[in-house]
Amino acid sequence: MKRETLIWTVLFVAGGLFLLYRGVSAGHGFGKAYVRPVRLKPASEPDTRMKLVDAAPKERDAVVSVPRTVGLWLSAFLTLAILSFLYRDNVFYKIAESIMVGVSAGWAMVAAGFWGAIIPKLIGSLAPALMRAWAIPDLKESARPNLVYLIPLILGIMLLWRLAPRGGWIARWPLAFIVGTFAGIKLISFLDADFVNQIRSTIIPLVVLTGEGRIDVWGTLRNIGLVFGVLSCLTYFFFSLEHRGFAGRIARIGVWYLMITFGASFAFTVMGRIALLAARIEFLFDDWLWLIDPTNKRPW
Amino acid sequence: MLDFLKTLDRRWIFLAMLLAVAGPILAQQSFPEKPTRSVQDVFDYIENLDEGSNVLLSLDYAPSADGELAPMATALIRHCCLKRHKMFFMTLYPDGLPLIETNIRNVIETEFASAGFKYGEDYVNLGFNNAEEVAIIVMGTDLKKMYPHDNYNDDLDEIPMTENISSLQDMQLIITISTGYPGVKEWVQYAASPYGIRLAVGSTAVQAPQAYPYMPSQILGLLAAIKGAAEYEVALAQRYPRYKKPGLNDGIRRMAPQFWAHLLIIGLIVLGNGIYFAERAQRGHR
Repeated sequence: MKRETLIWTVLFVAGGLFLLYRGVSAGHGFGKAYVRPVRLKPASEPDTRMKLVDAAPKERDAVVSVPRTVGLWLSAFLTLAILSFLYRDNVFYKIAESIMVGVSAGWAMVAAGFWGAIIPKLIGSLAPALMRAWAIPDLKESARPNLVYLIPLILGIMLLWRLAPRGGWIARWPLAFIVGTFAGIKLISFLDADFVNQIRSTIIPLVVLTGEGRIDVWGTLRNIGLVFGVLSCLTYFFFSLEHRGFAGRIARIGVWYLMITFGASFAFTVMGRIALLAARIEFLFDDWLWLIDPTNKRPW
Repeated sequence: MLDFLKTLDRRWIFLAMLLAVAGPILAQQSFPEKPTRSVQDVFDYIENLDEGSNVLLSLDYAPSADGELAPMATALIRHCCLKRHKMFFMTLYPDGLPLIETNIRNVIETEFASAGFKYGEDYVNLGFNNAEEVAIIVMGTDLKKMYPHDNYNDDLDEIPMTENISSLQDMQLIITISTGYPGVKEWVQYAASPYGIRLAVGSTAVQAPQAYPYMPSQILGLLAAIKGAAEYEVALAQRYPRYKKPGLNDGIRRMAPQFWAHLLIIGLIVLGNGIYFAERAQRGHR
């Protein structure tokens, strides 16, 4: 038997034995998902339709849900499959990765694009009666066709014309509209929020006084550090002047400021990734294996 | 020894990291936290707003960032409930909608069940809007143009708490809990900067360094990742002692794995540099 096969076999057997042990030793089992019924429209008195939502086992009307329990186990399997990549690329990781990519793409296309925009906004505005009968029963009776939406419909068709064997140039017109509109919107907002306001934020007193008229040492140092940091970083990115002599020394300090910023960004990234790992491990220990119960959601 | 460390299989480091994170979770360990100024500023602003103020909460993140951002969302909603502010929920992420529903169910309808919050009078779920930054631009002058109805297809003109709302400018505070685009930058560019609306930000760790320059003139405070969430939970517990229970504070609980994992990383950085300098010294001797 290859070493690799041996390690995987040992891991699977040990994992299976542990699950068996948990199932036998824990009085109430583990890895079960609970649901409870709630009103579909919380504010509507006449609409008494219900839906099932996740619930804690100790809630009064909580019952075990078989489909969600299957989902819970699938979720645990996929979490372990993704983490298995840390050992080596393997078939379980490939399966989990493919599911992730496929589901994400499908969700974005169907939920955001089709059901989030095309159906309710475009077709719903052009043919409300049809949409009410077919897809959106809650659409108001008073809704009337709004022909302005023909413009985005035509622009959309023109954009898709790119896929046609002839007349690809037609797609350039809606593309020009998109580029022009966003360039205008972005230019103004960047100038205001990221240029003018950021300059304004650096126009601060270099000597900070307290209410009693004394010098606030920390406030003063903070403001000097901020203004000096901005100027030194700008000097580093000013390439019309050779970085030698005084300008070179200031630019060098700018590099240090940038390095500290990159270090902070790296540290933040580490913190973010560990938080996500901690959340997944908490899911495995709490929701799946019931080894811990930090939020007291189980009565036993 | 030096050769052993230089050729150490990286999978041992992964295993060490797994133990550093899993150990404190199993032991349910936690450490004391202290709110920093950027977090305390957000807390104080919400605390000092008049009861019943309009607060828009835009949960602009997907389940992939839930582990990092859910604790701060819970803490902020909890605080708004305590102050009985009017809460307007929305999201610019298609998969953010279930997260809004989970937060409403867990905090407003379960934890504050006895407070008698009513949908449409105390909170409303505007739902998902796929117009990204354009949604913010239009809502700046006409909220109902982007959201003619709530998530349940009821007209905003027929809902008590939204009938008199015309634009974002009617909000006393906007809170965005965001993970990327559209998120902090877009809310600053299209809501906070042009209209001077007060904006509080909860952000993922990766995005936090980009948000800091907007403080304090364009955003009033920043909850940076799980650390920001933990600090907010501490600020809440200091003011409302019933929130000192560890079970209610996911952020504080998740800071213990952070501590041990960071300690491990610092140790590894020191070790890596030590190996580098030792190797250089060895080469110098030769």
